[in-house]
Amino acid sequence: MELKPGSRWKSAVCDTEVVVVRTPKTPVSLECGGQPMVAHAATKPEGLELSIDHAAGSQMGKRFADEVSGIEVLCSKGGAGSLAIDGQALGAKDAKKLPASD
Amino acid sequence: MHTTLLLDMAADAAPDRLALGRRGDGLTFAELQRRARAGAVALDALGGETVAFIGLNGPTMPVAIFASGLLGKPFAPLNYRLSDADLGKLLARTAPSVAVVDDDMLARLGALSGVVLVSRSAFDAACLVESDVELPCVEPDIGVLLFTSGTTGEPKAAILRHSNLTSYVISTVEFLGSDEDEAALVSVPPYHIAGISAVLTGVYGGRRIVHLEAFTPEAWVEEATAEQITHAMVVPTMLGRILDILEARGAGLPHLKALSYGGGRMPQAVIERALRELPHVDFVNAYGLTETSSTVAVLGPDDHREAISSKDEAVRRRLGSVGRPLPTLELEIRGPDGEVLPAGKSGEIYVRGEQVSGEYTHKRVVQDDGWFATNDGGWMDEAGYLFVEGRLDDVIVRGGENISPGEIEDVLREHPNVADVAVLGLPDDEWGERVAAAVVIKDGVPTAEDLADWVRTRLRSTKTPDVWAFRDALPYNETGKLLRRQLRVEMGSVGQLRPAS
Repeated sequence: MELKPGSRWKSAVCDTEVVVVRTPKTPVSLECGGQPMVAHAATKPEGLELSIDHAAGSQMGKRFADEVSGIEVLCSKGGAGSLAIDGQALGAKDAKKLPASD
Repeated sequence: MHTTLLLDMAADAAPDRLALGRRGDGLTFAELQRRARAGAVALDALGGETVAFIGLNGPTMPVAIFASGLLGKPFAPLNYRLSDADLGKLLARTAPSVAVVDDDMLARLGALSGVVLVSRSAFDAACLVESDVELPCVEPDIGVLLFTSGTTGEPKAAILRHSNLTSYVISTVEFLGSDEDEAALVSVPPYHIAGISAVLTGVYGGRRIVHLEAFTPEAWVEEATAEQITHAMVVPTMLGRILDILEARGAGLPHLKALSYGGGRMPQAVIERALRELPHVDFVNAYGLTETSSTVAVLGPDDHREAISSKDEAVRRRLGSVGRPLPTLELEIRGPDGEVLPAGKSGEIYVRGEQVSGEYTHKRVVQDDGWFATNDGGWMDEAGYLFVEGRLDDVIVRGGENISPGEIEDVLREHPNVADVAVLGLPDDEWGERVAAAVVIKDGVPTAEDLADWVRTRLRSTKTPDVWAFRDALPYNETGKLLRRQLRVEMGSVGQLRPAS
């Protein structure tokens, strides 16, 4: 999968959608609910199920990052599945809240 | 990432929350999304590759930003305060384009090749039309074209890509992080970067945006009170005028939680007065440029409180700083040969980060390694607080010595009889440039000799202005930028000059 910045992906097994904020330095598989995510415009494959090992959920507006590969995604739609890279769960990034300046 | 995704997310998660306008008749996020879509359909039918906008602030402006974004066409807000001829020239540069123009400004524009004019009222009406037309699927590219104010020359068209803008928004604002009763009053004009970023950060943060059509201090105070405004951004000249109105009316701003300022040098006396008179308000000084998608450094509320109450001169002077760089970008001070300078040394401010575009339509000025030279002079203290000295073009070079006008202006502003001041360089046969000061006097009649002594004892003789002009007012543009070029031309005419000795 080509995880270009700004590219959008959806879960094959739940409602989760993400947008790539930072591309990984090495090729990785971006997964949700235990299954590889599919391109936003593509049709979801049929017959796949949410894995109970990857069902902690994803929350809209949260950013998820993996320090090793450098990938960062923004969850643009929440869902029941949790996000992972090559089977490893992705951690939510703490928002560095800044004082409003605009 | 596409800026319209910011709106889609807010409309998805909080469709019924108010996004724009007054509490009585504002638009919800779902309605803003619907209108942007309908607006995009209408604009698409008119062709053009850019969507220009000439008009006052109001809900039409955010609708037009997102409508342009949906079509993948740059949104180019133009300065309607320019002369008709200059406005026409800028509009011609957007061709082929569609221009949404306030109804009462249409007559100012003649027919231009490649520009389709649509009145604001017609656009507003089109945004209410339900349509099931499929919009073309577009790759996000240029989100906004902003013409710089051109205080030093022909306006340049700065390019802000969707990726620059969204990077700024998602790294500085928490998604729907605002309480539902928060509202931001936006009084900077649509063609100012802060007017653009206010829309994007407001939408993503879920904070209602109330637009002031055009700034007057009276209207600002009235709107802030009536709409229970909690957040606002002002340019320095606005703040002093707002404080005057509050004082004259004996009024406060009980709902206001946070007030940010930027876009120019804040006089120390004004911010000290604001902190004194509005103690419940969190003040934020934001430094940024059009080319950096708005803010790159902030002096936060705690920094303000710490500085004003400190006895340590180094901490106290931070009230005159722009705070520390955002954690999501890099900032360096560099010398004339590109070397990185240590704390305390003045040089040019460089920034690097995803929100930095550093691009104009005619050239890309960002370096291959991503660093952007801001053309602003500045220095950092030991704790990393950034002090901005002003545009490098404004630096006076007198006999090989670089003299920052800001430093001399600050000293003169502390004089009890000086209301306003600008320092600039005038051509000099012997020194290359000589230091000149234009001063607005209040209460009393200090002579040029008095003022020269004041500077000489606080700085040194080479920084003491040789030429003094006393004026009723200094020339500013409407966003509070001093028109130095105009002042330099005016001061070049000998009749106004008064030698110091």
